[in-house]
Amino acid sequence: MSILGTRVIRTEDPRLLTVGGVYVDDLRAPELEGAARLTFVRSTMAHALITGIDASEALREPGVAAVLTAGDMDDLPPPPPESEGGGEGGPVPVGGPWSEPLLAADRVRFVGEPIAVVITDGGYQGEDAAELVSVDYEPLPAVVGARAAVAGESLLFPGTSSNVPVSRVPDSVDDSPFAGCDVVVEQDIVNQRVACLPMESRATAAAYVNGKLTIWHSSQNAQLCRLILAGALGMAPDQMRVIVPDVGGGFGAKVGIDRDAIIVAWACKHTGRALRWAETRSENLVGMTQGRAQLHRVKIGGNRDGRILAYRLDVIQDTGAYPRTGGFLPGLTCLMAPGVYDLPEVQTSFRVAVTNATPVHAYRGAGRPEATAAIERAVDLFAAEIGMDPAEVRRRNFVAPDKFPFATKTGALYDSGEYGAALDKVLAAAGYGELRAEQKRRREHGGPRQLGIGVSTYVEITAADAGAGESAKLVVADDGTATVYTGSSAHGQGHHTAWAMLVQDELGIPMDKVTVIHGDTDLIPDGVGTYASRSLQLGGSAVHKAAIEVKDEGRHQAAEMLEAAEADIVLDTDTGLWQVRGDPDTALTWAQVAGHASGGTLIADVRFSADRPTFPFGAHVAVVEVDTETGKVTLLRHVTVDDAGPVLNPVLAEGQRHGGIAQGAAQALLEEVLYDADGNPLTSTLADYAAITATELPSFELVSSETPTTLNPLGVKGIGEAGTIGSTPAIQNAVVDAVAHLGVRHIDMPATPERVWAAIEEARAQ
Amino acid sequence: MKVSVRVNGHDMTADVEDRMLLVHFLRDVAGLTATNVGCDTTSCGACTVLLDGESVKSCTVLAAQADGRAVTTVEGLAGNGEMHPVQRAFHEQHGLQCGFCTPGMVMAIVSLLRENPHPTEEQVRAGLEGNLCRCTGYHNIVRAALAAAEVAS
Ligand code: FES
Ligand code: FES
Repeated sequence: MSILGTRVIRTEDPRLLTVGGVYVDDLRAPELEGAARLTFVRSTMAHALITGIDASEALREPGVAAVLTAGDMDDLPPPPPESEGGGEGGPVPVGGPWSEPLLAADRVRFVGEPIAVVITDGGYQGEDAAELVSVDYEPLPAVVGARAAVAGESLLFPGTSSNVPVSRVPDSVDDSPFAGCDVVVEQDIVNQRVACLPMESRATAAAYVNGKLTIWHSSQNAQLCRLILAGALGMAPDQMRVIVPDVGGGFGAKVGIDRDAIIVAWACKHTGRALRWAETRSENLVGMTQGRAQLHRVKIGGNRDGRILAYRLDVIQDTGAYPRTGGFLPGLTCLMAPGVYDLPEVQTSFRVAVTNATPVHAYRGAGRPEATAAIERAVDLFAAEIGMDPAEVRRRNFVAPDKFPFATKTGALYDSGEYGAALDKVLAAAGYGELRAEQKRRREHGGPRQLGIGVSTYVEITAADAGAGESAKLVVADDGTATVYTGSSAHGQGHHTAWAMLVQDELGIPMDKVTVIHGDTDLIPDGVGTYASRSLQLGGSAVHKAAIEVKDEGRHQAAEMLEAAEADIVLDTDTGLWQVRGDPDTALTWAQVAGHASGGTLIADVRFSADRPTFPFGAHVAVVEVDTETGKVTLLRHVTVDDAGPVLNPVLAEGQRHGGIAQGAAQALLEEVLYDADGNPLTSTLADYAAITATELPSFELVSSETPTTLNPLGVKGIGEAGTIGSTPAIQNAVVDAVAHLGVRHIDMPATPERVWAAIEEARAQ
Repeated sequence: MKVSVRVNGHDMTADVEDRMLLVHFLRDVAGLTATNVGCDTTSCGACTVLLDGESVKSCTVLAAQADGRAVTTVEGLAGNGEMHPVQRAFHEQHGLQCGFCTPGMVMAIVSLLRENPHPTEEQVRAGLEGNLCRCTGYHNIVRAALAAAEVAS
C-alpha cells in the first residue's frame, strides 16, 4: 500500500524535541571557535543626513576590535543600474538612484537602517560599544505612510522627481462598465503593515574555511544567498559556500539574504576574522522586512440579482525606504484581483511608494492575501448593499467548474477549481444556517454580545515561478540507503519526512533509510528554495522524478544480475525487492543492485519545472462574537476548506493550514506596525507589537478537499500560504457582519476594540 | 563572579559577568543550546526553563540568581533515552514545525501540567499566553498538552 496520503509523524522531531535544533546562533563549529561578535549601529532617525560618525570612544572600550562604516567599504562593486524592478515575475530591486546601500553613507531613510558595525571579542560588549558610536544627523522631513509619499512634498531619493519608483496606472479611467450597474459601491481599505516575526530573528556567521568565504545564514534558500552575495561582494560564486542550518521560521522574510547579513559577510572578508551576528528582537522589528502595507480603493458594481459586472482595484504599495521588490507585490495583487469570480470587467492599477519606514518584502502570501482581502471585502459590501446573503452572492459569481483552465481578465490562467463545492462544504461544516439563526436570535434579543459570521472564498497562485523549477539528486548506495539532495529548503515544513515518503513510495526503500540534505551550496550548488508554496509541487516532483530515474537504472542492473529481460523485472515497493516477474525466489535488494552499478551507487540528478503556476483555492467561515459595549472581538470558530490537490501527508498539510490561519487571524484582529508622525516606530519590541497568542485563537476546524492539477506528476498545489489568504478576510467580514445591523459598513484591520467601538459609535451617531 | 548551578543534574561552576543572564549561562557556559532567545522584553517564552521545578523565563533571571539552585532544560527532560510524555505528545500531535519555540513550549507545558494535571483547553491556552509560536497556530501545541495530560492520568 502506498504511504502517500497517510498520516506519518515527522522524522525531524525527536532531535528538535530532545536536544533542540541547531540554528545559526547555536553553531559550535570549530571554524567559529573564538569568532568575534558583530553589532550594528542603527539609525535612530527616520530621515536625515549623516553629518559625522565618531567611533573614537567606542574604540577605546576593552574588547572592541573595530568599528566599520561605509567609508571602509572601498572594496565593493558599483550598485546596479536602474531597472523597471520586478513585476509579477519576481522581486528585483529598482536600482539606479533608488539603490539601497549596505551601510548608510550620507543619508538614512528609516529607523533601524545600518550605519556602522562594531566588532567585539564577545559577551555583552557589542551593545555597550555600539551605544558609544556617536552619529550626527541633520534631520529631514519624514515621509510617513504611502499617501504622504505619493503627495511627494519631501523626496527620499535625490535625483528622482517623485517617491514613486514603479507604477502601472492606465492613462485614463474607463468608468463605463459601472454605468449600467444597479448598484455601485466604493470603499477605501487599509491592508496594514505587519511584522513577519519568525521566532528566530535574523542570524549570520561567517568565516574563511579552506580558503572559501563560508556563510552560515538563516535563510529560505542557500543558493539564492550565494548568488546575491556574489553580486554584492563582487566575488565568484564558487569562492563562497553558504550553509543554511536549522531555520526558526521564515514566512518570506528570509528569502535570500538581506543587507545586514551581506554586511556581515563583507566584514568577515574585510577583516579576515570569523564573525557572528544574531540580532535582538528589537532590531528585528525595525530591521527585518515587513509585509502587506497596501492601501486599496475598491469599486464594485452589479445588479440586484447578485451578478457582479465590474470591479476595480487601485493599489498604493508602501514599499518602505527602499524599493527592494520593485512592483512585485502589488503586481501579484493586481494579477489575483478578481479572485474566484468570473467577472465581465476587471480594472487594476498600482503605484509603489517609498516611505521612511522599514522596507517591505514578501510575507506569507506576498501580494495574494491583499488581493483576496480587497475583493472579499468588496463582495461583502456589494452583498450588504443589495441585501443578499454574502454566500449567495459568491455562488452567483464563481468561475464555473467547466470553465477550467480559466483565463482571467488580469492575465492569470487558473488550472483547476471547484469553488462552489468548496463553499458548500465549508458552509455545511460550519452549520451556516444554524449560525444565521443564532445571529438573528441575538440581534432580536439586543444584548451586547453579537454574533458575526464571515465568509471568504479564495484562489491564489503558487509556484509563480514554476519555470524555474527545483533540483533533486538521489543517491542509492550499496548499503541500501538513499540520500536526497534537494534544492528546496526546509524551515519547519517537514521536507525530511515528505521527501523520504516520496522515495519510499517509489522505491520501497524504507523512510528510516532515507536521508535528506538541503541548504549547502557545496553539496547542492543548484537549487531554488522554499517560498511561494512551491516546495512539494516543484521540489517534491523533482524527488519523484529522480526516484523514477533511479528505478529505471536499478531495473537495468537487476536485469543484468538476474539474466532476464528488463521488461520482466519488477520492483515490489512494499519490500523493496527486485524480482523476475512470477519468480519470488529471485529477490535482489537495493544494496545488491546498487553494488552492481559502477561506483557502487545509483544516482539521478534531475530538475523538475512546471509549465505554469498552480492555483489552490478554498473557502473559510469565521464566527466571531463582538461585545458592542467595548468593541472586543472574540474569534469563536474558524472552519476552512483549503484545496491544494492530493495531500501527501495530512499531518504536514494540516500544520501548514493551522499556522497560516493563525497568521491571517493575527492581521485581521491584532497585529499592526505603527509609526509616529516623525517616522519613529511605535511597535519595535514584542512588548508593543501585539503578536497573536494561544489565548486569542480557537482550535480550527479543517475540512478536506482535493482537486488535482495536471501540471505536475503528483497532482499537487501549494498549501503553505492558503490558510493566511483565506482567513484574514473571513474574520474581517465576520467582525463587520456582527455589527452590520447597527449600521456599520466597513471596519479596517486590525479589528482592535477601540476601532470596532469607534465604528459602532459612528454608525449610531448617524 | 562565581556561580554554581545544578543543570539537568550536573553541577556547573563558572566565573561569569555579574550581568550574565541565565539563558546565556545555559547556552554559552553549559553548552546547552536548545533553550532559545526570541525577544528582549520577556514576551516570547522561547527561553523557558524550570528553576527548582518552576517555570521561569531564563532571559529575565541572572545567572547569579540561579546560584545554588537546580535548572532543568529540555535536554534534561528525557530519561533513559525515553522522551518525556510532553515531548512524546508534541511528536505525535505535530506540535512543532521549525522547532524554535519548542523547548520553551515543552518546558512551559511540563510546568503547567504539574500545577494543573487535568487542564481544559481554555486553561491550556491561558497557560501558554507567554509563549509565542509563529508556525503552528498553537492548534497542535494545545492538542499535545491535552494529550500529555491524558497520558499522565
Ligand atoms: S527570550 Fe525570554 S521571553 Fe523571549
Ligand atoms: S514551531 Fe516554529 S515558532 Fe513554534
